[in-house]
Amino acid sequence: MAAATRPVRRRRRVRIPVARILLLGFFVAFVLVPLYWMFNTSIKPSDDYLAIPPVWWPSEPTLVHYEAALFAYRGLDGLINSVIVSTAATVLSALLGTLMAYSLARYNTGGQHLSFWVLSQRFLPPIAIVLPVFLIYRGIGIYDTHLGLILAYTVFTLPVSVWMMYAYFRGMPRSLEEAAMVDGCTRWRAFWTVAVPLAAPGIVAAAVFAFIACWTEFFFALLLTSRNAFTLPTVFRAFIGFQGAQYGEAAALAIVSLGPSIVLGVLAQRHLVRGLTLGAVRG
Amino acid sequence: MADVKIRGLHKRYGAFEAVRGIDLEIPDGEFTVLVGPSGCGKSTLLRTIAGLEDVSEGEIEIGGEIVNDMRPRDRDVAMVFQDYALYPHMTVAKNIGFGLKARKLPPAEIEARVQTAAAMLGITGLLGRYPRQISGGQRQRVAIGRAIVRSPRIFLFDEPLSNLDAQLRDEMRGEIKRLHRDISTTMIYVTHDQIEAMTLADRIVLMRDGLIEQQGAPLDLFERPATTFVAGFLGSPKMTFLPGRLSRNGTAASILVDGGLRLDLPAGRALGGAEGRSVIVGVRPEHIYRAADAAGPGEARLDAAIELLQPTGSRTYATFRIGGIPVTAELEAHDAGRPGDIVPLGINLNRVSLFDADTQRAI
Repeated sequence: MAAATRPVRRRRRVRIPVARILLLGFFVAFVLVPLYWMFNTSIKPSDDYLAIPPVWWPSEPTLVHYEAALFAYRGLDGLINSVIVSTAATVLSALLGTLMAYSLARYNTGGQHLSFWVLSQRFLPPIAIVLPVFLIYRGIGIYDTHLGLILAYTVFTLPVSVWMMYAYFRGMPRSLEEAAMVDGCTRWRAFWTVAVPLAAPGIVAAAVFAFIACWTEFFFALLLTSRNAFTLPTVFRAFIGFQGAQYGEAAALAIVSLGPSIVLGVLAQRHLVRGLTLGAVRG
Repeated sequence: MADVKIRGLHKRYGAFEAVRGIDLEIPDGEFTVLVGPSGCGKSTLLRTIAGLEDVSEGEIEIGGEIVNDMRPRDRDVAMVFQDYALYPHMTVAKNIGFGLKARKLPPAEIEARVQTAAAMLGITGLLGRYPRQISGGQRQRVAIGRAIVRSPRIFLFDEPLSNLDAQLRDEMRGEIKRLHRDISTTMIYVTHDQIEAMTLADRIVLMRDGLIEQQGAPLDLFERPATTFVAGFLGSPKMTFLPGRLSRNGTAASILVDGGLRLDLPAGRALGGAEGRSVIVGVRPEHIYRAADAAGPGEARLDAAIELLQPTGSRTYATFRIGGIPVTAELEAHDAGRPGDIVPLGINLNRVSLFDADTQRAI
């Protein structure tokens, strides 16, 4: 018996999972090559952009594109505006979304239909409302202000935040809050001391989604801002002009704009995975 | 310490009525068990006492004070939940002390009271752990600790043992009984398990379809069930119900059970009603025994063909048929014979229950 099985085993041990390595290799290349090329372009002298054969690493790396993108094209102002607007909208969206989702989950607020109506707001094509919003903003004087954009982004990210949190709270046993209330808490305090800490992974996940949505939003930022509150994505349109495309500046600003998302992703990764399972993980 | 009085309590959820008019008085210090099948309204009743459900109609009074509109936190009751409801993000010590902290006691006193409660339940070694790091039985102890640490006026238990395995359940049952003996606070305990109800209760309140079917001391309910429902719910194996007809012979009354068995009722169990009245005879397994030589007074005899034997060690449950209805007898382990044997059995007619066939109520 042992003699018969040994050769089989030996052959199995040296087999290389070729298909798996190839597949994973393709995937890694698919994800990383564009990022590499973007970084490469951002530090290339302008002459090398479209050189043939391609320049895989510039002989004289330069930071001039970063300087131009951040200062001449006001990328830094856009970055600061983006941070302000995205952070404020994310905090508001997470806060309001949590409260609203709790209300829907525990009090069945609005019956069966309100929760779905909330989500239905996402069905509306943004272009259908952007002109009225533009006119209203002009009328009440919040056009091209942080406040205007924060309000708009909060409204747009709220449905998804609410739905993520709604699922989370529904998966959480009621008896935890009931125990807290019998133990001496008001409903409000039971919510803050028991429900919210337990929902933290869901809140973090919802907040990350909201932040990314705000950070990359272009359309509303373009139409609702001008010279003051413009955000990072709107800066990019300046790189395509009558002189041709400014590849280096575009790549440099793209690299800069990746920063916060990567930091956020790394910080929230553990919560994000748990949050995406939407309350399935307990205790 | 407080008594509980419930008057005309109704609880409706839309068109569905979970509790349909309950009047109940629970004296101070009593251990009351609300028992009944799923959906009988026992948990709803408990939750209205806790204040977790609003009352649709009627009054709840705790310690002489009507609490209908009082928030749960102001009722000074403690509750142990079926799923323990321990806060997963807090240590055992924080869980137990949570209610004291919510009531803003000084930290030193919280610490002292948590230690006392933990020592009482033998969980001092677990205080630093999180709920996910301890076993089901330990979680239940923590949940009980969280209740006793507050010294509430009333303890409410909502099926606290149903998530535990059989052995642990027996053990915890004993501990809850001991706890009640030691602190003698009013306890209201919901279960669907009739053994828990029998062993724990000073008084059993047996519910059915949102109403109280019968209440009283455990042995009263067991020995003198008011209805066939109560008789069938309490006791394991279940009481057997044999339909029959009343037959009169002068002053003596007997019952002809469908299938031919004749039960001559002893003088103390005389029945009213006309000849031919439909009755149901309720026989518990322990009312049947291996017969000795001659039939005594108040005893019925039959020769039973044993179909099935279920030995439990000390006793053996033997199943046979009377008029096609399977009857279980609890026999001495070595008296039961073997399946297929014909065994002479006696039925103690002084102890069987008699019900009216139309109303299903005891006669």
